[in-house]
Amino acid sequence: MTDDAMRASTISIKGSGGDEIEAYLAAPVGRGKVSGVVVIHHMPGYDRETKEICRTFAVRGYAALCPNLFHRYAPGAKWNDAAAAAREAGGVLDDQMLGDVQGAIDHLRSLPDAAGKIGVIGYCSGGRQTYIVACSLGVDAAVDCYGGGVVVSQDQLTPERPVAPIDLTPKLSCPVLGLFGGQDRNPSPDHVAKLEEELQRHGKSYEFHSYPDAGHGFFSVDYPNYHRDSARDGWKHIWNFYGEHLAGA
Amino acid sequence: MCTYLTQTVAVTASGYSNDEWLDVDRAVVSFDHPERTPFEHALRIDLRTDDPARRMAIELDASSARRLADAIISMLDNEEVLALR
Repeated sequence: MTDDAMRASTISIKGSGGDEIEAYLAAPVGRGKVSGVVVIHHMPGYDRETKEICRTFAVRGYAALCPNLFHRYAPGAKWNDAAAAAREAGGVLDDQMLGDVQGAIDHLRSLPDAAGKIGVIGYCSGGRQTYIVACSLGVDAAVDCYGGGVVVSQDQLTPERPVAPIDLTPKLSCPVLGLFGGQDRNPSPDHVAKLEEELQRHGKSYEFHSYPDAGHGFFSVDYPNYHRDSARDGWKHIWNFYGEHLAGA
Repeated sequence: MCTYLTQTVAVTASGYSNDEWLDVDRAVVSFDHPERTPFEHALRIDLRTDDPARRMAIELDASSARRLADAIISMLDNEEVLALR
C-alpha cells in the first residue's frame, strides 16, 4: 500500500498588508512532521496545473501551499478573470508578492505537522519571484524554474518591479536550484550564464541544469511548451535538492 | 518570458458570446503568455468592465493580430466609411 494520503483544499491566508487571500494547500496526512514548500504560480495564473503541482509535492511528503498572487485584483472571481485584472494593473508588485509569500510561509510553519524547514519554488514569473524571495525572506531552499526578468538592465525596471533580482544576489540566504530551457529567450542561455557568474562571484550555493531542447515553460503540462523528458529530469533534481536541503528539521 | 506589456484603452462597445451581449468600457491589450492559444506568447485582448466576470477575451498569434489590426485600419480608412463618420 502506498503512503500517499493527503488533504487538499482552497484556504484563506493572511497576505501582504494583512489582506486575506486565496491559497491552495495540499498536505500529507499521517506521515509525521513534514517540511513545507511555497509554490509560486506562473504568469497565466493560479490554474489547475498549479494545484496539481501542489498535490505532487504532497504525494512526495511536503506540505505545499500556493498563494493566489492575483486574488486581490478580483476577489471571488475565477482564476483567469483575476489574472486578466492583474494584467490590466500591470502585474503583481514585488513588495506585495513578498508579503503574500511571507504569509504562506507563516501558514506552513503554523501547521500541526510542520517540521520547520521551508522551500520555495516558482515557475515563469514565479521563478523570478522565487529568486527575490530567496534573497529577501527566510527560506531553506529555492527552486527557480525558468524565471525570466532576473537579469535585466536598469531601463527595464518599473515601479511594480523596481529591482533587478540579480542585484539582490549578495543577500541570497539559501541554496538555489535553477532549471532552464536552452531554447528559452528569457531567461536566455546568456542570462543564465550571467546569473551563474554572479552566484559564483558571491560564493553562493547553487545548482543549475539547462535542457537544450526545452523552451520556456517546459514543466507546464497544460501549455504548448511542455517537454516531457526535461520535465521528468527536472522533477528528479527537485526531489534530490529538497531531499538534501529540507530534510532533518 | 513574461513581458508585463499592457496597454488599456477606453472603448464604447458591446461584445457577444454564448447568446449574451456584454457592454464593455475598456480594452486591455497585452502581449504575454496565453491561456489557451498554442503559442508561447500571444496578443491578448480583454474587453471588460469593472466586474471581472464580465469579460470577453481573445488571444491571437502575432501574425493574426497584425492582420486583424490591418483589416480594422483598412476598414476605418475606407472612403465610404470615412463619409459615414
